[in-house]
Amino acid sequence: MEIKIRDDFPLLQRTVHGVPLVYLDSAATSLKPEAVIEAEATFYREVGANVRRGAYELGAEATERYESARAKVASLLGARPDEAVFTRGTTEALNLAAWALGETVIGPGDEVLVTEMEHHANLLPWQELVRRKQARLSAVAVTAEGELDLEDFRRKLSPRTKVVALPHVSNVLGTINPVPEVATAAHEAGAVVVLDAAQSVPHMPVDVRELGADLVAFSGHKMLGPTGIGVLWGRREILKDLPPLLVGGEMVHEVWLDRATWDDPPARFEGGTPPIAQAVGLGAAVDYLQAIGMDEVRRHGQELTALVLDGLLFRPYVTVYGPADPGARGALVAFSLAGIHPHDVATLLDREGIAIRGGHHCAQPLHRKLGIPASCRVSFHVYNTIDEVRLFLEALDGVWKALG
Amino acid sequence: MSYEEIILDHWRHPRNKGRLPHPDAAAVEANPLCGDVVRIELGIKDQTIQDIRFEGEGCAISLASASVLTELVQGKPVAEAAGITDEALLSALGGVVRTRLSCALLPLRALHKALGQHRSPDDGGPPPGEPPSAGRCTSSG
Repeated sequence: MEIKIRDDFPLLQRTVHGVPLVYLDSAATSLKPEAVIEAEATFYREVGANVRRGAYELGAEATERYESARAKVASLLGARPDEAVFTRGTTEALNLAAWALGETVIGPGDEVLVTEMEHHANLLPWQELVRRKQARLSAVAVTAEGELDLEDFRRKLSPRTKVVALPHVSNVLGTINPVPEVATAAHEAGAVVVLDAAQSVPHMPVDVRELGADLVAFSGHKMLGPTGIGVLWGRREILKDLPPLLVGGEMVHEVWLDRATWDDPPARFEGGTPPIAQAVGLGAAVDYLQAIGMDEVRRHGQELTALVLDGLLFRPYVTVYGPADPGARGALVAFSLAGIHPHDVATLLDREGIAIRGGHHCAQPLHRKLGIPASCRVSFHVYNTIDEVRLFLEALDGVWKALG
Repeated sequence: MSYEEIILDHWRHPRNKGRLPHPDAAAVEANPLCGDVVRIELGIKDQTIQDIRFEGEGCAISLASASVLTELVQGKPVAEAAGITDEALLSALGGVVRTRLSCALLPLRALHKALGQHRSPDDGGPPPGEPPSAGRCTSSG
């Protein structure tokens, strides 16, 4: 199956520094299959018009394709189409969530509870929000094993907690957080649950109803789709009371010179011309993933994660961050080599055509907690192979020989 | 698989590493995004750099670059040291991949900052403090 899948990704044909590309940075962004590239290009070639202006044929077709992409995304999540808001990506989705909740449920003295394993995209919007509203931010601790400290969570959860924000899968530790358990407790305390699902939706079956979160954000470009498109899924009862972040065209019901009334969700949150071709591309990515099957995508990711985890844990010069059980992880592993800066590791591997991430992965507070300025990270998607994992591990021994 | 010999050599055997007892000028530069930090200290007499030391933490490229830079600067007139260009340092390092230029040039920024703080007495003393330059690095989200 791998070989057939690899043929679908044109970028895998190219070489880097004269050797075949081994792309192990899908947690940053995934490669795109021909079907996605083609869907986006076809939209421009054959339709091209703006959406929600149905007075002529092309406009109606554009709206149809845009809304059909929304329906595909919703079906992937086990949700209703009118609960899926298109954004530019996870960052915009989380900013929208923080803004809208700030206008409705957060007041002076209230609390937002995040975690120590937040990507900056699910931290900074809340920092800004509590500053604006004279509210307070606190963070659930991460255990030595790289898991959420649920005792600390229950200690910090209180009737003042209005929002609990957390990642579904940590983009550094790889940890899959127990979202249903967190959501149940948060709801009992009267808090809204906001989930950063950027590293889960692309890699495993996600049913938003089973998870129990109220708002769920993710990006198209990490799930084989285009850049510039993402999703904020919101429970209908929650979305209907939230105000828009962007106001202007296409998101209104009636406008007077001094006031306006908002359209219903999801249009209310999609002010301005949306990324139409990108949404269509995301729809094609969902089709592609569902043709493989999200269970199979997950199985493949876990197989590679288990293999790389084994190889890394076996090497005494490597420190691995996050759970040792591949079943408790998403399709990524962060690690470091004793005494060697991650950027040196990444640069030397790049010379072998192997693309891995070296840096803080937009999670500086977590790296501070781990006591390191940065880490290396490998991550996978459907096109990666067992052979690539072996090549990577051998090349890592080469790095250690050169610099260790 | 390796870096250029110059970088490996200076990383393993840094020259002029340490502190000066009474530096005439000193500056620290950092790349907050990757954690590289370099401190440069200068001993200046008769507008000539008599002594130079560096201390740092970070990747092989930034530390090797600091070491190479100390050799470029040692014994040079202040004006000449201030005129060292990015290209000159990169070429002394034997070349650096484009993704890592900010690491390689961090020590040079520290040197220029230290020299900027050093003024002969008739210049009217040190200039007002300048904000730390925004460190940029190759890796973010």
